[in-house]
Amino acid sequence: MIDQEWAILLARVQFAFTISFHFFFPAFTIGLASFLAVLEGLWLKTGKGVYANLYRYWLKIFSIVFAMGVVSGIVMSYQIGTNWSVFSDRAGPIIGPLMAYEVLTAFFLEAGFLGVMLFGINKVGRKLHFTATCAVAVGTFISAFWILSVNSWMQTPTGYVMGANGQFLPGESWTAIVFNPSFPYRLVHTVIAAYLTTAFAVGGVGAWHLLKDRSNPGARKMFSMAMWMAALVAPIQIFAGDMHGLNTLEHQPAKVMAMEGHFESHPDGAPLILFGIPNSAEKRVDYAIEIPKASSLILKHDLNAPLAGLDTVPDEDQPPVGIIFWSFRVMMGLGFAMLGIGLWSLIARWRGSLYSSSPLHRAALVMGPSGFVAVLAGWITTEVGRQPFTVYGLMRTAESASPLDAPAVAISLLAFVVVYFAVFGAGIWYVLRLMKKPPEAHEAALDGTPVRTAGITPAPAVIEGADT
Amino acid sequence: MIDLTVIWAAIIGFAIVAYVVMDGFDLGIGILFPLFKVGPDRDTAMNSIAPVWDGNETWLVLGGGGLLAAFPLAYAIILPALYAPLVAMLLGLILRGVAFEFRWRDPGHRALWDVAFTLGSCVATFAQGVTLGALLQGITVEGRAYAGGWWEWLSPFSILTGFGLMVGYALLGACWINWKAEGDLQRQAVRYASRLGIALLLVIAVVSLMTLTLEAQYYARWLAQPGVLVTAQVPLLTLIVTVMFYRSLKRQKDAQPFFWALALFGLCIAGLGISIWPDVIPARVTIWEAAAPHSSQVFLLIGTGLLLPVIITYTAWAYWVFRGKVGQDGYH
Repeated sequence: MIDQEWAILLARVQFAFTISFHFFFPAFTIGLASFLAVLEGLWLKTGKGVYANLYRYWLKIFSIVFAMGVVSGIVMSYQIGTNWSVFSDRAGPIIGPLMAYEVLTAFFLEAGFLGVMLFGINKVGRKLHFTATCAVAVGTFISAFWILSVNSWMQTPTGYVMGANGQFLPGESWTAIVFNPSFPYRLVHTVIAAYLTTAFAVGGVGAWHLLKDRSNPGARKMFSMAMWMAALVAPIQIFAGDMHGLNTLEHQPAKVMAMEGHFESHPDGAPLILFGIPNSAEKRVDYAIEIPKASSLILKHDLNAPLAGLDTVPDEDQPPVGIIFWSFRVMMGLGFAMLGIGLWSLIARWRGSLYSSSPLHRAALVMGPSGFVAVLAGWITTEVGRQPFTVYGLMRTAESASPLDAPAVAISLLAFVVVYFAVFGAGIWYVLRLMKKPPEAHEAALDGTPVRTAGITPAPAVIEGADT
Repeated sequence: MIDLTVIWAAIIGFAIVAYVVMDGFDLGIGILFPLFKVGPDRDTAMNSIAPVWDGNETWLVLGGGGLLAAFPLAYAIILPALYAPLVAMLLGLILRGVAFEFRWRDPGHRALWDVAFTLGSCVATFAQGVTLGALLQGITVEGRAYAGGWWEWLSPFSILTGFGLMVGYALLGACWINWKAEGDLQRQAVRYASRLGIALLLVIAVVSLMTLTLEAQYYARWLAQPGVLVTAQVPLLTLIVTVMFYRSLKRQKDAQPFFWALALFGLCIAGLGISIWPDVIPARVTIWEAAAPHSSQVFLLIGTGLLLPVIITYTAWAYWVFRGKVGQDGYH
């Protein structure tokens, strides 16, 4: 490979690495912020201490995850320019305003109210504090709205005109840009994914503590709330995912062909390949286990509907099949496992064994990290499926990169890898350590250290009226 | 006819000023951190910025995001040109950002996270100073892209601006501690502020004189007749502000020295504006050459006009909630 090709490959690896790491944090905080708002709202409404204790328990975890999300997010907002400057220049007039709107409507809102949410309960009173929690929760959602609009425009670009200088310029209406064809589906699918991720993380923690002590009221409450979420939202997510898939089939058929492993066209009903090993060199799936005509049934709602394969797409326009084929199956498998846990919890609840069924608790514990894996797998599916383009069908990844020397990118990649694993590794370790501690009846305020519990959020003042 | 490009230049300028005003002092506290006594003094220093640092840093994201939206060409040229310092800045911001949480979470390794806090703050500040110096000395631009190597930013001048900004932020940090702390810690901060004030004046003088030699445009802008009658007011005001700064320090005022130090920064930024206006990449690309199309400018300006006042209001409210002296146990 020549130097320029190395530089682009390294830049892609760097982007994939930093965004994958970053995505874990908002995937958790979007759901967790809403969970915290619900907990505080229930506390204000019912006055029951268990909600206040759970609020403080999860707030400590939230504060760490949120900080990691902020700092890893700043990297993303600059990396588009440092490593993908040609893309920034050409797509800037379209995606720039959307990203700036994310800063104005979401980042400031979250950051402005986060300090009050974390440290301010004694200073502003409960109602205003609840408002701050809600503001942070709404901010996380608004943030998802804009950044997914940007991402969706790169997948299904609409509402632009080509400028003489090569830039994508906004056309008549910004509505056509913001609400591009894949955006509503991607937004719903991704936000639900964040909620499910949080539900299973919370459920896993609850299950862990129930396995040790079935009577812990905090563990019971968080497990019950998480399992309601799983039972209600997992089926909705599978439906939303199906809708998103049909939308992708309409606008990015090559991505769906790669997901399905359809190297060849099937004029009279395409099989659903459950498993197999994609062989891109020979353009076939080895050892395939397939259900005849089922893919046509799912995608076209007709057993005999013809489905085109990758043989209809020029080689240079095809995404890499192997990665997408596998990541899609990982996401699907986990989605159905989540549905299974949700149904299982409903049965256990109906039988009255929700808090005593060890097999259910073990299964929920194993599924604790499933949301993170599923979110990442789904993200890989849609992003790798966009290749070899940055703006789908219009601008290639190879022509989007900055004019950088390969050694510069290599060194920065190495630095990101070292710092991310050290810093975020430590952060994740602290989160796990907090999760390991059972929720207590007198859960300490944000910090166990005397400095802040006694000062910024005195424990007695917060716990007032909060006993179970 | 109102020129939206000029308005956008003003908004980006405002974001940069807001960033320096707000994140400058909390980065400065990171730089001074190892000089504070382990224990209550360090906790106080940290507590004084813990509720606001995240909001402060958001202005940096607005500066970057706003630049991409309003001047995409400038964003696309500047960021690759300053690749190494910007990546270093991002890594520094990561280290110091997580240290806020981690030092409380893991008392056993608090010393380690304190080091990370200082290291991250120093690297981020130095990198920002280098960025400024590298832009002033000029970057190689061909067509719509950066065309220099990956070490072009490195020069004695950019190293000087890097250390210069560390001095400046440290001064803001010391003034903030003077405002927010009491007792020994406050006296310590006053001593630092006093010395850093002189150091910053020296830095300003040297950087200003060197800047005049970098590009003919800067020299002409400052010293040509009759403009010199206006531009000469900037160094004059700098002297007046310095006198006021030391007077407030001597009279043991809490908040005043901080605002006089900010005024010094304001004058530096005004001086910068005089040198480079109307360029977005100094002496290379003007704001009009780099501007986004009219439709992008209008679309974002509507939201910015509506939201910026709201943001400033609730940011001010968040500062108001945590007003007054911090004390050893958090805010009084």
